[in-house]
Amino acid sequence: MSLVSGLLSGLLSDPAPVILAIPAVTALLLALVPSYRVSAALNVTACGLTFLCALALLAAPRIAGPFLIVDDLNIVFVVLNTFVAFTTSVFSASYIAHELETGRLTPLHLRFYHAMYQVLLAAMTLALLSNNLGVMWVAIEVATLTTVLMVGLYRTEAAIEAAWKYFMLGSVGIALALFGTILVYMVAQPVVGEGPDGMIWSVLMKRARDFDPGLLNVAFVFLLLGYGTKVGLAPLHAWLPDAHSEGPTPISAVLSGLLLNVALFAVLRFKLLMASHPGTLAPGPLLMAMGLASLLLAGFMLYRRRDIKRLFAYSSIEHMGLIAFAFGIGGPLANFAGLLHMTMHSLTKSAIFFAVGHVCQVKGTQKLADIRGLTTSHPALGWFLVVAVAAIAGLPPAGVFMSEFLLVTSAFARMPLLALLLVAGLLIAFGALMLKLSDIAFGAPSPGTAKVKASYVPLGVHLALVLVAGLYLPPPLVAWFRHVAALLG
Amino acid sequence: MEHAISANLVFDVAHLFAGSLVLISFLMLYQDRLYALLNVFALQAVVLSLSVAWQAYAQDAPHLYVTAVIALAFKALIIPVALHRMVARLGIHRQVETVVSIGPTMLAGIALVALSMVVMLKATSGDADALAREDLAFALSVVLLGLLMMVTRRNAVSQVVGFMSLENGLILAATGAKGMPLVVEISVAFSVLIAFIVIGIFLFRIRERFDTVDVDALDRFRGGRP
Repeated sequence: MSLVSGLLSGLLSDPAPVILAIPAVTALLLALVPSYRVSAALNVTACGLTFLCALALLAAPRIAGPFLIVDDLNIVFVVLNTFVAFTTSVFSASYIAHELETGRLTPLHLRFYHAMYQVLLAAMTLALLSNNLGVMWVAIEVATLTTVLMVGLYRTEAAIEAAWKYFMLGSVGIALALFGTILVYMVAQPVVGEGPDGMIWSVLMKRARDFDPGLLNVAFVFLLLGYGTKVGLAPLHAWLPDAHSEGPTPISAVLSGLLLNVALFAVLRFKLLMASHPGTLAPGPLLMAMGLASLLLAGFMLYRRRDIKRLFAYSSIEHMGLIAFAFGIGGPLANFAGLLHMTMHSLTKSAIFFAVGHVCQVKGTQKLADIRGLTTSHPALGWFLVVAVAAIAGLPPAGVFMSEFLLVTSAFARMPLLALLLVAGLLIAFGALMLKLSDIAFGAPSPGTAKVKASYVPLGVHLALVLVAGLYLPPPLVAWFRHVAALLG
Repeated sequence: MEHAISANLVFDVAHLFAGSLVLISFLMLYQDRLYALLNVFALQAVVLSLSVAWQAYAQDAPHLYVTAVIALAFKALIIPVALHRMVARLGIHRQVETVVSIGPTMLAGIALVALSMVVMLKATSGDADALAREDLAFALSVVLLGLLMMVTRRNAVSQVVGFMSLENGLILAATGAKGMPLVVEISVAFSVLIAFIVIGIFLFRIRERFDTVDVDALDRFRGGRP
């Protein structure tokens, strides 16, 4: 009994190592379990436990050790990430059984897939919790490599091309980010001194005022380009649609809902570093330019999509652009909008991919031309998809509408001309999504009337959260987001 | 007095190696045969390991010798040999298809080197020591030339070589930064290892599917087109 309470209090005082250990240990176990049913269940359990431990972070003290850091900024990301990873693992369990039945994957593939899922989760969490810039870089690299392997899982021609392209562009991005990291160390070295301290995030933040601004600017440009590639910001987004469309759908959900956020988190960290030094280049305009470019480009590209997963991949580029734009404007209101939008986008986009995964399974295709009249042939699935797409397009009362509204108002208050472009981009994307949705959901159904063997629970939970957030945000959450938004400067 | 001379020597030798790396990157740009390209890459890896070893000696940082040995064993021997065999087995050793012809590529390379000099020397005009700044300028040149090579080549093997040469530039930068924590050096070497395994798997898979490693052949399978 005392052991249990001891463990519990240990967990509550410092949950961060436990959050990292659970997926790492589970990955090893999953590599050894031959039965896919057992491993799917184990996957779900481990993700659930990780999420519970992440919740314990909320009550945990904020500590910055030599390896891990728990601060208000990364708790938001960790809780969101582990939650979506948990629901995605539930979805994945029902999705993957179907893939096995149709023979697209073998049990050996699944064993690999489940182990990789946990490795990915561990790497993403490490990237978020690490206090060392080098370790953060390694973690993002590992996350990239695991997703490359998962994108190529089906081993079709298109999947291999997508994985290759993702691998090449992702590696270049990551290489540039490493160069930026080295530059940051060189900036810090004369001030902080030689050795490990020059890479410790919390030390850098304290001493940032004494850094050489010129070199720090160059470093930031490299970091923005490097990690920006992973965020999928234009013009570095070319890998994203391929990687989303060719991998297993749970991976598309994880890529869109989680990995893009982790890369964004890295960019935000360095933006904070830049912001705490008055003599440096303002990082805002760079982020705003890339964000607007992504929004407009993706908005136009949405019209010409013929593949349902590519369609929503471009929508992810659009939304990451919006988020980058929000953080680029800066200030409490825009940062708040950015954080809220990031949360809402993660929840909604992964819900969409859950629905799309089942749609592709019942219709046996990803081609938009062959997916029609879903609300007639599969009412439940069809209406879930309609609600989810309406939410991501920014229709009220969903949470995405709230955050976009906040963003637009703060943009009009601060820079009206750019706000016009922002609104234009939003409307263009909205039109495209509505156009495609009317074809997918309504009209005469296309062939493919297989029953859906799906669990609607993850889908329903995500959509319920998004809808509730649009109508009512609990005051503690608002206070929390406000606090983090103020931190982001 | 003796100290001053040795400081000069440290500076000159480090410069010699860093400059040679940039020159070898240029050499790689115009190689149009895969075997020759692999040989030049191996040469670059040898020079890199010498440069790292020199830094280890000059900075009195013995852990850097590990990085030097890894560069020598892994990048100068194992990878070139493995790629040699792969190229031979695929029968694609005759020619490298370049997208842009050699003249413009070289000009672009010169422009990139000039750019990195201007950017780095200007940005570090403050209190950073001269060796570190100029090393950094060279390192950025190698990185950009590696990128250029990845962009101008269509063949998967030469893209991989371009990527590894880019990583050589990163190692040059990391070892030039005095007292850079050990964790980063290990991670760099380690990531090269992982990257190569992944690349190996991919090459294997691509060959399995297409009997060629020409990335152009993949372009037909764009998911977005009908």
